[in-house]
Amino acid sequence: MRKLYLPLIVLLLFVVIIGGSWLRIFNEYWQLVLLFMGINIILTVSLNLINGYMGEFSCGHAGFMAVGAYVTGILTVWLFAEDKVFGLPVLPAAWAIPLFPVALIIGAVAASLVGLLIAIPSFRTRGDYLAIVTLAVNYIVKSAIENMEVIGGPRGFVGMKRVMNNMADVLDVPWLLIWTFIGMIVTILIIRNFMSSTFGKGVEAIREDEIAAELMSVNTRRVKVVVFMLSCGLAGLAGGLFAHWPGGYVNPGTFTILKSTEVMVMVYLGGMGSISGSIISAIGFTLLLEVLRPLGVFKWVVIPLLLVVMMLLRPTGILGNRELTDVFPRLRAIFGSEEESYALASD
Amino acid sequence: MPLLQIKTLSHWFGGLRAVYDFNLDLEEGELVGLIGPNGAGKTTIFNLVTGAYKPTEGMVQLNGDDLVGLQPHQITARGIARTFQTIRLWNELTVLDNICIAYASRIRYSLPDSILHGRRYREEERQIKERAIELLAVFGLEQQAQELAGNLPYGAQRRVEIARALATEPRVLLLDEPAAGMNPGEIEELLALIQQIRQDFGLTIWIIEHQMRVIMNICERIKVVDFGETIAAGTPIEIQNNPKVIEAYLGEEAF
Repeated sequence: MRKLYLPLIVLLLFVVIIGGSWLRIFNEYWQLVLLFMGINIILTVSLNLINGYMGEFSCGHAGFMAVGAYVTGILTVWLFAEDKVFGLPVLPAAWAIPLFPVALIIGAVAASLVGLLIAIPSFRTRGDYLAIVTLAVNYIVKSAIENMEVIGGPRGFVGMKRVMNNMADVLDVPWLLIWTFIGMIVTILIIRNFMSSTFGKGVEAIREDEIAAELMSVNTRRVKVVVFMLSCGLAGLAGGLFAHWPGGYVNPGTFTILKSTEVMVMVYLGGMGSISGSIISAIGFTLLLEVLRPLGVFKWVVIPLLLVVMMLLRPTGILGNRELTDVFPRLRAIFGSEEESYALASD
Repeated sequence: MPLLQIKTLSHWFGGLRAVYDFNLDLEEGELVGLIGPNGAGKTTIFNLVTGAYKPTEGMVQLNGDDLVGLQPHQITARGIARTFQTIRLWNELTVLDNICIAYASRIRYSLPDSILHGRRYREEERQIKERAIELLAVFGLEQQAQELAGNLPYGAQRRVEIARALATEPRVLLLDEPAAGMNPGEIEELLALIQQIRQDFGLTIWIIEHQMRVIMNICERIKVVDFGETIAAGTPIEIQNNPKVIEAYLGEEAF
């Protein structure tokens, strides 16, 4: 019985969000907010794996998002839409519907391979020095894209709108929201399951004392490669989804250190090493940006101020390193994993 | 053949000679002590054997297998575990997790399985937890399983560290000053504990210690190092009366 609660809640959320969008109960503006919420959750939860659980300081998450965005975007445009550069679509437009997730996965894999660029230096470097490496990777990706005229260079890459329109022509459902929702759930499950395994807990051992971890049988190099590839791959997934937003374009200016900072803020706001904290803060932060929209540019005065106040009052973030189920044990009946219920039984 | 064989082990930190020509044959089931004044290179020897440092020269073999050049976790997986001079637990993790993680090298489920949580994963994780709880019971720590390791009192943390080392399923256990900071009563308990785990787990133990009570009580053989060189070896009685050892510890006779 306990096992059924969680899937039911997820299903209910899915029906409300997708159904509501499909029936136009949520207007286009709210659909956009929901989309950014989902993408931000993926970015925050995935970055939390590096910055929260492993205790490293990666400040280049937007770079991996960019890799995913461009790879997935180029792939779908090349395959399913008419384009100035790539010419006529390679495949019939209707195939976009089943192949869209495949393009997302390819974008994620590409981003995770770029993630190796920080995984390998991380064997020898930590802390501030590794942070600089991640920053460098962010800039490398951005500059590389800016200098590739084929994909629009600094002007950006367009055409994804046609792909989405083609998909909607075949079957008119909010495709992007559906895949964002699924991607978000998959991301949360991957990180939660991985971190509850003994292999995954080696990540936290590295944070606590890397030398002791290595000497106490944790294969730290393997763990680091897995963590960076997993986290960067999921950022790539978020990027792939973002590339297909209704605006229909991506440009390298979106994926700067500012975007990376935004994701970092969401991680630290929610609490390092807390998945539920990341989800809450990603939702809250996205909403905050929208609520403060009337303030215009002054939004960026108010938000940092709020952050300063938050850090003074609650330096560990909303949930610290705890999960929602630790703060409200009753929720364990709904969200508790088998491992936790086992631990309780043995108490 | 000795279980652990160390030959002509030497190590330089830049121009500083930390260990020079260290040799040791550790027979299965032995309990051997390593003593010497501060800075003599004792912990460096442990670091060389466990792979934390790569020796400048020399050979380390466990049961005939060469260990030099392996990653520390590989050496641990082959059967050498250690504790640390200053406690190095994973403080923000529970005691139970501290033990479970040390089973890492015995995990056989695949990486995808750690995410998908298949049948094999669940079976193995259950076994790991059961064994960890059994191990904690040996050390009288089962009540503290869910506490954060960093919140335990000092003596309990020392025991968790030994339990964690045993979780790696070692054949040779290296103890680096396990009695440091303990009062006489706690030292008595520690001695009994070391004797007990030695028998129950069929361990070969190599111990660094400053407390002569510990060394003289339980060690069958002792090696003494000073300035990285071995200056004496023998039974506790022989060592106690060795003039070179007395000199190293107390200085040359002034008169």
